[in-house]
Order: sequence, then C-alpha cells, then structure tokens
Amino acid sequence: MLRFLPALTLLAMLGPVVAGLWGTALPAFGHLPAAGLAGPSLDPFRSLFGWAGLSAAVRLSVMTGLIATSVSLAIVVFITAGWSGTRSFSVLERMLSPLLSVPHAAAAFGLAFLIAPSGWVARLLSPALTGWDRPPDLLIVQDPLGLAMIAGLVVKEVPFLMLMTIAAMGQAQPRRSLLVAQALGYGRLTGWLKTVFPRVYTQIRLPVYVVIAYSMSIVDVAVILGPSTPPTLSVQIVKWMSDPDLSMRLTGAAAALLQLALVIGALGLWWCGERIVARLGHRWIMSGGRGKFDAPIRAFSLGLGSISAFAILFGLAGLAVWSFAAFWSFPNVLPDSFTLRTWGRHGPDAVATLGETFLVAGIAVLLALALVLGCLEAEHRSGRGLTRRGLWLLYLPLLVPQTAFLPGLQTLLLNLGADVGRLPVIFAHLVFVLPYVFLSLGDPWRSWDTRYATVASALGARPWKVFWQVRLPMLLRPILTAMAVGIAVSVGQYLATLLIGGGRVSTLTTEAVALASGGDRRAIGVYGLMQTLAALVPFTLALIIPTILWRNRRGLHE
Amino acid sequence: MKHLALIAALIAPTFALANPDPSDWDAVTAEANGQTVYWNAWGGSTTTNDFLAWVGDRVLEDYGVVLEHVKLTDTADAVTRVLSEKQAGEDDDGAIDMIWINGSNFAAMKDADLLFGPYAEQLPNWAVVDVEGKTVQTDFTVPVEGYESPWAMAQVVFVQNTATMPDALGSMDALLEWAKVNPGRFSYPQPPDFLGTTFLKQALVDILDDPSVLQTPATDENYNEVTAPLWAYLDALTPHLWRMGRAYPATGTAMFPLIADGELDLSISFSPGAASTAITNFELPDTVRTFVLDKGTIGNASFVAIPYNSGSAAGAMVVANFLMSPEAQARAQDPNILGYGTVLNMDALSTDERAAFDALELGIATLSPAELGSVQAEPHPSWMTRIADDWAERYGTGQ
Repeated sequence: MLRFLPALTLLAMLGPVVAGLWGTALPAFGHLPAAGLAGPSLDPFRSLFGWAGLSAAVRLSVMTGLIATSVSLAIVVFITAGWSGTRSFSVLERMLSPLLSVPHAAAAFGLAFLIAPSGWVARLLSPALTGWDRPPDLLIVQDPLGLAMIAGLVVKEVPFLMLMTIAAMGQAQPRRSLLVAQALGYGRLTGWLKTVFPRVYTQIRLPVYVVIAYSMSIVDVAVILGPSTPPTLSVQIVKWMSDPDLSMRLTGAAAALLQLALVIGALGLWWCGERIVARLGHRWIMSGGRGKFDAPIRAFSLGLGSISAFAILFGLAGLAVWSFAAFWSFPNVLPDSFTLRTWGRHGPDAVATLGETFLVAGIAVLLALALVLGCLEAEHRSGRGLTRRGLWLLYLPLLVPQTAFLPGLQTLLLNLGADVGRLPVIFAHLVFVLPYVFLSLGDPWRSWDTRYATVASALGARPWKVFWQVRLPMLLRPILTAMAVGIAVSVGQYLATLLIGGGRVSTLTTEAVALASGGDRRAIGVYGLMQTLAALVPFTLALIIPTILWRNRRGLHE
Repeated sequence: MKHLALIAALIAPTFALANPDPSDWDAVTAEANGQTVYWNAWGGSTTTNDFLAWVGDRVLEDYGVVLEHVKLTDTADAVTRVLSEKQAGEDDDGAIDMIWINGSNFAAMKDADLLFGPYAEQLPNWAVVDVEGKTVQTDFTVPVEGYESPWAMAQVVFVQNTATMPDALGSMDALLEWAKVNPGRFSYPQPPDFLGTTFLKQALVDILDDPSVLQTPATDENYNEVTAPLWAYLDALTPHLWRMGRAYPATGTAMFPLIADGELDLSISFSPGAASTAITNFELPDTVRTFVLDKGTIGNASFVAIPYNSGSAAGAMVVANFLMSPEAQARAQDPNILGYGTVLNMDALSTDERAAFDALELGIATLSPAELGSVQAEPHPSWMTRIADDWAERYGTGQ
C-alpha cells in the first residue's frame, strides 16, 4: 500500500493539471465538438491576436509578475542580509509569519482601502497637509501600469519569500561564513550577500519561480487592484471563458496557452537573469569591496519590509472599521458613528459560508496530509530521499498558471459527467494544497532524529507502531503547522472554487470577490475579515494545541 | 442501451415542453415540494441578496421549495454554464435552475434553445401583471414568448449629490457641458457591465433626433452612420470623466462609495429607488437626489428564466410565480428593502393588495411614477452588442 502512495500523490497533484491543459489545448486549436466546431484550426489564435488590448494585457501580465517578484525578492534578501540574527529581524519574522496566511484577496481589499485617493492614508493627511477636502482625481488604484497591483502582490509575496529564506538559512549554515567575512572586514550586509546568498538562493529558487508564475496569472488581486482598460491577460481569459458567445471560449483557450507560454518565457528570462547576476556577482565578490553602502541599504530594506507588513495590518484594520461603520465620508479619519448593522445583515451568511469553506479545506487538507505522510514514511523506509526531479514535480502544479489549466479542467469534468459541486472542488483544491503541505512538512519530518526509531525498534516496536506512537506525536507541531498552511491555501483559492464549483460551492473568497464588483465596502469588510480569520485561526491552533497537549513534556517544546 | 437513448433523443422534442406542465398548477406545486432551486443571480448588491434570501424563506414556508442564491459577478457566467452542460450532454439536472436575466443573455439563450418553456403566461400571477403598460412581453425588442417571467421594472435615473451639484440636467448634451466645467465628477460603469452599456444606449437614444431606427436590428449598412454621433459624444466626454476615462467603476453600486466620498457628483442607476435604499444603508449621503432627462430615459423589465436542463423546473416556476405575487412585488418596491419598480397592474389587484403599495414611502431620493415620465424603449440587442465591442476597442484597451 505504502509503495503506491507516491504514485497516487503524483496523480492527485499532476493529473488535474495535465488533464486541464489538454482540455485547454483542444479548443485553442478550434476543436470544440459540442459547439459543432472541429479543428484543427488557427482561427482562435487569429481572433486572439486581433484583440486590440492584447499587447497591453501581455505587457501587464509580464511586467507585474517580474517586477513584483524582483521587488519582493530584493526586500527579503536585503533584510535578511542586513538584519538576520538581530532582534529587529526576529520581530519582523514574527510579524510576517501570520501575514503569510492572510488571503490575497483580503490583503488586496485592505491595501485598496489604504492607498486609494479616498483611502485611509489620504484621510489622515487631509485636509490639514494636502488641502484636499474631496479626494483627488488620481489614478492610484487600477492604474494602467499596474503599480497598485504590484504593491498588492509584493505585500503578500514578501512574507512568503521571507519564510522560505529563513527555512533555507537553516541548511546554509550562515553563521560561520559570516564570522569569517566580518573578520576580514566585510560589512554585515555585503558579507552576507557575498558568502551566504549564493547558497540560500539555490534553495529558494523554486519558490521564487512559483512567485513569478503566480503573480503573472493571479486573477483575484488583478480584479481588485489591477487596471481594467485592458485588464491583465488572466482576467481577460476568465472574461472570454464566461462569454455567452461560444467562439470567445476558443479565443480564451488560445489566450490560456499564450499565458502558459508567457510564464515559461518569463521563467526563462529570469533564468538568464540569474546567470547574469551570478556573473556580475562573481566579479563583485572578486573585487573585494567591503561594502560602503551597507548602512543606508540596511535601513531602507527594513523600512520597506516594515511598510509591507504594516500595509497588510492597517489594511485589515481598515476592513474591520468599515464593517462597523455607519456613514463615513472623506476626509473623516473615522466613521460618523459605529453600527452593528452590517454584521447583522451579513454575519449569518458569512458564518454559513465559513462552514462550507472549512468543510472543503478540511477534507482537502486531511487527504493531502494522508498522502504526504504516506510519501514521507515510504521515503523514510526505502531510504530514498526526494530527488531533484521529484522536487520539480512537487512544484509543477504551482508553476503552471491556473488560468491555463482550470478552464480546461472544468470542460473535461463536465464531459466526464462528474457532478459539479463540492467533491470536484475539493480535488481541485488538493492540487494546490498538496505541494504546500509536502513542502511545509518535508523538512521537519526528515530532520527528525531517526535514533528514536532505532531505540523504539530495539524495544520491539514494529515500523507502524514507531510511526503512530513515536514519530507522529513528536512531530505534532510541524504537522499541525502544515495543516494550517494547507487550510490557508485552500481558503485563498478563488479560480479553482469558482470554475470547478460551477457556482454551487461558495467559499468566503468567492463571496468576497463577488462583492468586490458591487463596491459595498462594509460588506467587503465583513467577508474580508472572515476570510482572514478562517486562515489565521488554524495557525493559532497549531501553536496552542501542542503547548497544551505537551504541557508536561518540556522536551517537545523544541 | 444505445438504441434506447437514440429513440429517446428522437422522440424527446415532442415532449420537451410538457414536463412539468405549467398549466397544471396543482401538479407543479406538488412536484415542487422538496425541490432545491439554484437561482443564479448577480450577487454584487447586498440589498438584492437580502431580498432573495427573504424570497427563499417565503417559498420554503408556503411551498416547501428550497431556494439557493448562487451569487454571480456576471450573468454571462450562468449562460456559459448552461452552454457547457449542453455540450457535455448534461440534459437532465444541470447546476442552474433559474437565472436573473434579460437582454442579450436572454436573446442568446433563447436562440440556442437553452430555455425551459413557454411557461410565464401560464403562471397564476400572470393575471395581475401589467401587460399593457410595462414592457414585459418583449425584452430589448426580442419577443419573450413565455420563456422568461418578469419580476421588476427598471428605469435609468441619474444620481446627483445636491450638496456639490445643485441642478439637474435635461439632456446628454447638457451632461457634456456640465462635465466640461466639472471634470472628474462623473463616470459610468465599464461596459460590458449592464449599466455601462445602458449608459451608452441612453446617450445614443438621447442624442439621435429619431431613435426609432434602434428598434430594428443593426445592419452593416446603417450601424456606422447611426452610431457616429455617439462616438463623437464620447470622444468629447471621456477626457472629462473621473480618472479621465483611464479607469471605470466596475458596476453601478461601485459608484455609491465614490459619491459618498465626494469623488463623483453624478452617476447613473437603473433602479429608481436604489439611491434612497443606499441612503438608509449609510452608503450615500442624504443630500443625494435622482432625476431623469427631458425626453425620458430607457427602461426595461428584469426577468427570471429557467434553463432547459433544470432538474427542478417545477420549483423554479413556483419561485417565478411567487416573485410576481403582490406580496413580493410590494416588498421589492419598498425603498427600505429594494426599491425596484413593480410589474403589476394596480387596477387588477384587490383593494387590500393595492393598499400595501399605496402605503409605501418611496424615499427622499426616489421619483414618483409621474416624475419618472415617459419610458424610452430599449434598442434591439444587436446594437448593444456591437456598441459594447466597439467601446471596448476604443476606450477599453488603452489608447
């Protein structure tokens, strides 16, 4: 049984991706038998290239993706280089970890409330400092360059890359390198960049690729913060896919393939960039400079990192205030008065939706956990670790743009006669939940001291008994954390829920994004907050439960 | 088995209209009991969502029908869903049992035989519907023929904040002149949003000396000539729009917070009572009022339709019939609830039923039926489709 689990895991993870891509490729080449269209034909691509907004949409997707990734990575690298090991760093680390679980949509709503011309920042400064008694007519949110969208992506990707970097540092052993570098007169930041960064980057390379692919194809953040004249390619794909005119679906499928090609191209470009940076970096290292600008860069990076963290925190606070606000107009910093009315209207529905959200997330995470534990245990018993290729396979579902395979998967599921609803949604979520649970649990699982197993076996325990009674309890904390990560991933899924659920499965995320178009900031506040809570509460439980369970097992507190 | 399926497919069209039979109302209500109806309706307006939830409570109470509101961002999503189901051969129990629909989506579905019916005119409450005075038998000039049933009347009104914009405007030309003096204070939702395309049609209808040409389908010959004044108008207006026309609000209700914050002085709405409702929900300041143009504004009916593959068509008909009941209509017209216009003929109601309507306080920002004036007919959908496409090309893809 255990032997088949890795194969089953791969199937659960990659099957839907491959099937979905196939379901996208057929209509992209004009083959949609149900609509009476038989391919192959290049008409869908002709229609795609005839769309006037294409170049702008493509430019937007590529630029927002690459810029958001570069900026997030730069912030993370410079903060880690300049501050790791200091008190400020551990404060920032502690602040960023919960932010990782804040759903993208909620963070985007919060950011919009902050930076819009009528947002909190403008309200704080007006009219005293700005002289504005009405919001200025400035294109801050939905700007054609996608700057607001880039900001929205950066505030969410910084925590992700930061935690990945911190995890990678554990294996890179930075202390000794840094000591030697500093003894040789290198500044803290320059020394870290020259000696530790190359090793850390190899470890976080795949996560960085994931950030690129994700940022280029994200839909919910682009809907909330991105421009609409035209929108990004991914948003346009979703629009084409839902056009009543069937031929538009073909165009959408062609665009989905283009999106895939763009992501591959951007990854290739990044790969070339890595080579160039490596060569320049090598020259820089050899030049022997000890670092003249360490101090300003350190301060600047910490500033940016703090702004990105506070942007989410204050954004969420903004959601909370709106959800309790009675009339509240510009430039008042706070509402005229507070009311429970919005919660009275939306609270019951939101709680019901929370139940559905947790049901889907819970089942997906339990399935993922069973598969991942099985794989890890199989890996442990066979003694064969995850290969490099295996790691790539694990990342593959995160590297293929969602907009490329989910629409195709939807059509395929229908063709199979699979009923729409909760079950297909759970399996679609599993595609995204599995890799994260695996990645989150893999390292703590492998670093467990196997001498405990040896001792237990020597005392007569069979392998399964070791698994259930020694290893699982000892690894309770990382297991719960991995589950919390999985739940946060599932809670945040927008496109997978929307397309595969056929509208019958509504989670807090789909409800919140649906409300975005209506612009009712109070209702958005309620759903955005609930969404955040749904992702945060499991993390809190993952911290509390082991502490309570093992309150008299001090050794298990790390 | 294969043969059976083939035979079934061959004889199916004969019975397609008869199951369940809307004229046998007792059979319909009996079959509806216990059914779950998935109503796909735009979910962006919280007041509409609340009203739909109330409808759900009532039909459960009276008929044992469970109503689930599937919240859409775009009605076209539901149309796509039914289309995909037809492609996939899901002909018996699709995901959607009822759609809030009108205009081009209805035309597309009716055209592709994706609708159940005809059923609307067999519903018991059809007897009290105002067939003469309201446009309930044509939908954007397309004959309804009983494939959808009406539940609300909508008419374009302009929403102004009198605190910053004291005077109403009488025509689209006056709007342009006003916008030139007050740049950045007006916008409309981005087409193909329903209200955005409505604004374009409203502009065209008001600019043309004789808009009757819009009642027939657009042709390659007359389209450019007829719409040329619209593009000239928009070219003049766009630089004076909010954000200079480089961004647009997503929907009509998304403009409420912009008015509340003072970003906009003027916007439009397709629901004469929506502004009053928004005032009571703190979404708009109480200085907001509405007005219509001198020549009148566009109006149409909102309908519900049942997909051909609904497994709960009986339940959906019960809901459709309930929506046309005096009880539901009076509630929908209450500005504290929804503020939608009724489709009923007041003269056909009993005195008690009419009293419920007469007792309604329409709200400070709502025009009376007399003030709403004459309703301009919706153009044929072919105009809207082309205009929306052209708009996207001219203003929607970055110039």
